[in-house]
Parts: sequence; structure tokens; C-alpha cells
Amino acid sequence: MSTLIDTWRDKLAYQGISLGIVAMLAATALVAGNRLTHDAILKAEADDLAASLAQVLPAGGNDNDLLNDTVKVGAGETAGVASVTVYRARKAGVMTGVVFQMAQRGYAADIVVLMGVDMEGRLLGARVIKHAETPGLGDKIEIAKAKWILDFNGKSLTDPPPEKWGVKKDGGVFDQFAGATITPRAVVKAVKDGLEFFAAHREEILK
Amino acid sequence: MSARDIFKDGLWSNNVVFAQLLALCPTLAVTTSGTNGLGMGLASTAVLVVSNILVALIRNFVSPQVRIPVFVVLIATLVTLVDLALNAWLHDLYKVLGLFIALIVVNCAILGRAESFASKSPVFDAALDGIAMGLGFTLALVAIGLVRELLGSGTLFAQASLLLGPSFAFLETTVIANFTGALMMILPPGGFLVLGLLLAGKRVLDARLEARRPASADISATSVEAA
Repeated sequence: MSTLIDTWRDKLAYQGISLGIVAMLAATALVAGNRLTHDAILKAEADDLAASLAQVLPAGGNDNDLLNDTVKVGAGETAGVASVTVYRARKAGVMTGVVFQMAQRGYAADIVVLMGVDMEGRLLGARVIKHAETPGLGDKIEIAKAKWILDFNGKSLTDPPPEKWGVKKDGGVFDQFAGATITPRAVVKAVKDGLEFFAAHREEILK
Repeated sequence: MSARDIFKDGLWSNNVVFAQLLALCPTLAVTTSGTNGLGMGLASTAVLVVSNILVALIRNFVSPQVRIPVFVVLIATLVTLVDLALNAWLHDLYKVLGLFIALIVVNCAILGRAESFASKSPVFDAALDGIAMGLGFTLALVAIGLVRELLGSGTLFAQASLLLGPSFAFLETTVIANFTGALMMILPPGGFLVLGLLLAGKRVLDARLEARRPASADISATSVEAA
């Protein structure tokens, strides 16, 4: 058999056909792989989202399926995006809080903050879910690296007053990090933007 | 080639990073900590072993003129499948390794081994070569990662339990508590510096070993070396 292949292998058609067969097999494998994993990946991503939503809401604060109780709200110019998806938490049918994402330009790229807000506009919790800040300096905004982000819990637009919504270097109440001011400044701005967004669109969200 | 030679080649004398100077892009990019280096190393090893086996299996059917595109398609397909499978069934691990998996496609060491070894060797040897080269790569990444992590953040294997599971939490060591460190070591310049120093170190070591060899070469034929 190997001698047969040896005589064929140098023919031009063999090369084209063998390449074609390899590409076909690869495409088949990829389609099969995609089909096999498609549902599992969607489920894993939904679980992931649900888990991060749960982080910014108090335990037991809701009994509805957050992922299927959403409203899209036009954000205007606040977040630089056309609309914000708001997940609504309800307990026994009564809305107890909402969760949404806010993005703000950090030092390297956009910092995406997921935040939960209660009906009075107080922050239930915030988590940075995506960022590209300098490791060792700016990454203290991650809950895995530092507890800094917990300082926002319970804050609202009136507590601290608007002029105190900044890092200490700017006369505000929030700590900055040694060697990194831009990063915490961006997170403070994102959270403040988020609270303002909620205040401005409260009626739409509650509808 | 004997299995011993294959492993000696992969781990030391023909090490992917320290001798062939291949795969430097992923090497410099991910070695900000020992854990990252380990994750990238293990993921690359898995892909390397499977790709070597497949290439060795089809080596007689592929004509030399089209071998490169065939190998490239094979490796890219393999990496995509690994990426999908991890994302679907090992999602927690995927969140840690996700970035590295995509980087494996640009790891020229994998194509390098397919071309220079697996396409000329029987399947078993190719598999061994994949393991040896992969482990050598892992070794290099962990070494660079640990040096950078120690100098940059004062820890060793931080967050290893995220990668390997809670039972490996004992690996996580804080050598210097609250050490803000030489930040530059974690940034790209630190990667170049550490890589350069480790390369120089390996050369010095190799030169010393080489210098010692002639003296012991005569007796090694008749008696077992103590060293």
C-alpha cells in the first residue's frame, strides 16, 4: 500500500485533493465540536452571569429569574452605549433591586463595573467584571485582589454628597492606590454614573 | 532516538524556550506569575502531544509540498476544539486558562515540532517528544514566572488553587508580606530581563558541563560515573 501512495504522492492532483480532504475533515470536526458544545457553553455562560449578578445583590433578596426579567433602557450619552440591559430582582413580585453594567475608560482600556442598586438608589454592591489595568497596581479593583470595591456598598448620590464622589486625591472619600490614581478614579466615576443613570431612568426601569 | 535522548532534548539541551528560542511571544506575555506559566505550559503540552500524534499518523500520506498548510489546519482545528471543550465542560478552568488557549495557536513551537520531529518519526516517539518538549516548555515558563513573581509581587504560585483546585493551595507562598515589589518585573521589560538572565545562566552551566566532560569521558566507558 505504501508503494501505491509513493507513486501517487508526487502527482499534482494528489496534493490538491489531500489538502481538500484535510480541510473537509477539519471543517467537519469543527462543526461537530461546535454542535456538541453549543448548549453547554450557553448554559455555562448563563450560570456565570447569574453568579456575578448574585454577587452584587444581597443573599435571598430575590426569588425571580433575573436573566429573564430584563428591560433595555436607552442610556443617552452617560455610558457611551445605546442602551443598558437592566436585570430586575423581585421578591414575591415586588421589585427589590436592579443590576446593570457601567463602563468607564480606565488606564489601559474600558473598566466594566457590574452594580446592584436598591429601590432608594443605594448601592447594594459593585464588582469589576472586566478590565485591563496594570497587574500589581491597578488590579486592586478586583475583589480577588483587594477589598477596596466593598467601600462602595451602601453609598448613594447623597451619601457621600456629590462633591465628595471622588478619590481622596481629588477631595473625595474613596481611597486611591499607591501609584495608581487613574484606575480608582475611573471606577468611582463608573459607579457614580450608574447611580445617576438609575435616578434618571427610574420610571422606565420600574415599569 | 531513545526515550532518554528525547527527554534530555526536550527538558534541557533542546529546550523550546532556553535553547530553540521559540514561542517567545506567549512566554513573555503570560509569565507574570508561576501559576500563569504553569497553566500555559500544561495547556500547550496537551495540544503538543495530540498534534504530534496526529502528524505522525498521517506523515506518510502528506506530500512534502503541502505539509505546512496541512499541519497548520490540523493545529488550528485542534486548538479550537480544546477551546470549545474547556469552555463547555470545564468552565471554571476555562476562565483561568481562556486567554492562554487562544495564544497556543500562535505558539510556533507546536508547528516546529510537527515539522522537525513528528513528520519524520513513528507515532510513539512523536508522542514522547510532545510530552518532553511540552514539559520543557512548562519548566521554562514556570522558572521565568516564579522569578518575575518573586521580584515583582513577593509571592510564589499565588492563586494556584484557582488553576489546580483547592487541594493545591499549599503551593501558594507569600515570601515577603505586603511587598509592592519591583513592578517592572511584572511588566514586559521584566520578562525580557529575566529571560535574558536565565538564558545566560543556562549557557554558563552548559559551558561548565562541557569543560568537565573530556576528563571524565575516558573513564565513563569502563566505569559508572559517580556524578
